[in-house]
Amino acid sequence: MEERSELTRTRVTAAWLFLAPMLIILVLTAGWPLLRTIWFGFTDANLADLSTFKFVGFDNYLTREDGKWVGLLADPEWWRAVWNTLRFAAISVTLETVLGMIVALVLNASFPGRAIVRAAVLIPWAVPTIVSAKMWSWMLNDQFGIINDALMRLGLVSHPLAWTANPDLAMLSVIMVDVWKTTPFMALLLLAALQMLPSDCYEAAKVDGIHPVKVFFKVTLPLIRPAVMVAVIFRALDALRIFDLIYVLTSNSKDTMSMSVYARQQLVDFQEVGYGSAASTLLFITVGICIIVYMAVGRVRFDKE
Amino acid sequence: MKRYLGLGAFYLLVAVIIFYSVFPFYYAIISSLKPPSQLFRVDYFPVYWVWDNYIAVFREQPFATNIFNSVLVSVSVVALSLFLGVTAAYALGRVQFRGRGTLLLAILAISMFPAVAVLSGMFELIRLFGLYNNLLSLTLSYMTFTIPFTVWVLTTFMRGLPKELEEAAVMDGATPWIIITRVFMPLLWPALVTTGLLAFIQAWNEFLFALTFTLTNTQRTVPVAIALITGASQHELPWGNIMAASVIVTVPVVVLVLIFQRRIVSGLTAGAVKG
Repeated sequence: MEERSELTRTRVTAAWLFLAPMLIILVLTAGWPLLRTIWFGFTDANLADLSTFKFVGFDNYLTREDGKWVGLLADPEWWRAVWNTLRFAAISVTLETVLGMIVALVLNASFPGRAIVRAAVLIPWAVPTIVSAKMWSWMLNDQFGIINDALMRLGLVSHPLAWTANPDLAMLSVIMVDVWKTTPFMALLLLAALQMLPSDCYEAAKVDGIHPVKVFFKVTLPLIRPAVMVAVIFRALDALRIFDLIYVLTSNSKDTMSMSVYARQQLVDFQEVGYGSAASTLLFITVGICIIVYMAVGRVRFDKE
Repeated sequence: MKRYLGLGAFYLLVAVIIFYSVFPFYYAIISSLKPPSQLFRVDYFPVYWVWDNYIAVFREQPFATNIFNSVLVSVSVVALSLFLGVTAAYALGRVQFRGRGTLLLAILAISMFPAVAVLSGMFELIRLFGLYNNLLSLTLSYMTFTIPFTVWVLTTFMRGLPKELEEAAVMDGATPWIIITRVFMPLLWPALVTTGLLAFIQAWNEFLFALTFTLTNTQRTVPVAIALITGASQHELPWGNIMAASVIVTVPVVVLVLIFQRRIVSGLTAGAVKG
């Protein structure tokens, strides 16, 4: 017994020793920069010289100047970015879940050529985001794009549409590209869940002659609900921090600007590190709130073993 | 009759899925093979087979250097995160100690960070180390997202390994380091291939840090180089070059993904569903 606990103790020591390099790197590249960002949010730091700045309290967030409210929370552009981000996340994740479920159900059926479909579905996932943004902006090009050409040949539109420049269409374009790019991820996660289901209840349903659509809603969906919830939250967190697709597809257009694009513009383009960091901090808080609300509503647990 | 109708509808759905997934990439390939003069005529099928755009990409900008930069950064990121990931995963997956659950949860929480939330802090750190416009700044900053991911996935794999193996090794007096390198490594290599590949893809595709921490053409990675290809004016983007560059950087990734597709699916699900 004595020897056993001695052994356990050396194992625990070894464990911390093995964890140390990873923890040091993680603190250096994630913990510390995050704390600095939050701190910068309360200062008037400028990118040109990050060594001298002064504490300004909540001035970056909200303050009264010359009888007017100024700061992030009084900036209509910020609120527009918040609205754009939430709208984008809600619509694209919903579409990706529905389409991903359809693709997963197809891949879960056994039919000749299934391997080809699975390989084809993986392609959008493998294409780098920047490349998919460029590929689509070429296809959506207002003068020479194939999508306008196809729509005009089919007689669906009478004149070419400015997909990425038109304020009413820009967000639609972003959502379209994001759905194309990330539906495979959703489909693969849902497929993995479908393949873990026991086959006996399906056989029972088949014997009883129950319609497949009814089986899906009454049997399949409740069984894979936990997996769907996890897949949705992973995708939603990704969607809330979206940067590269919007930056490349519609650059700094106000119609599609997300919270990440807004924060980086303040931080790098306008050199306002204090103000930009405040925006980053608000994005961080928004993501945190979304996780907590979602986990409370969906009763998702991550820590079960 | 009804059965055949159902089957027909099913295969129509399959055809739509394949078309939708493959067409944008197919269109990028046929666009990249057109001579610049024909680029502005829409063709649905390949008509031309000329490599002018591919030559132009390398001639008009340091694209070879950009590819080299991307390879260098991605490989170093993969090597570092796998090393740190395996050692940490051994501790988190095989040893019972106080605070383990909290630590795992903290690592998961970090993987959900928006990257922009560490941007200004990271910028300060990189200036402090004198790494601005240096590829090492990217190796360092990419750890923010590859470490939590590799640790999480490798811990899941590590937990699944048989306990008896380790006990036998301990009986023989093996130290934890020997256990990892001699006993677990041979069993773990499929997991390492999967995790390494996924980390490689993440690093290969990263854009925000690469855009922010590099300044000159010769220090850029491939995604930034492609995003910043410009023509004589804002309205004359050299689409042929952009499509050629896009195809060049995407083909290796697509080939890798198709070769390792089964492993990738298991890696993604280990990272998400089982978590």
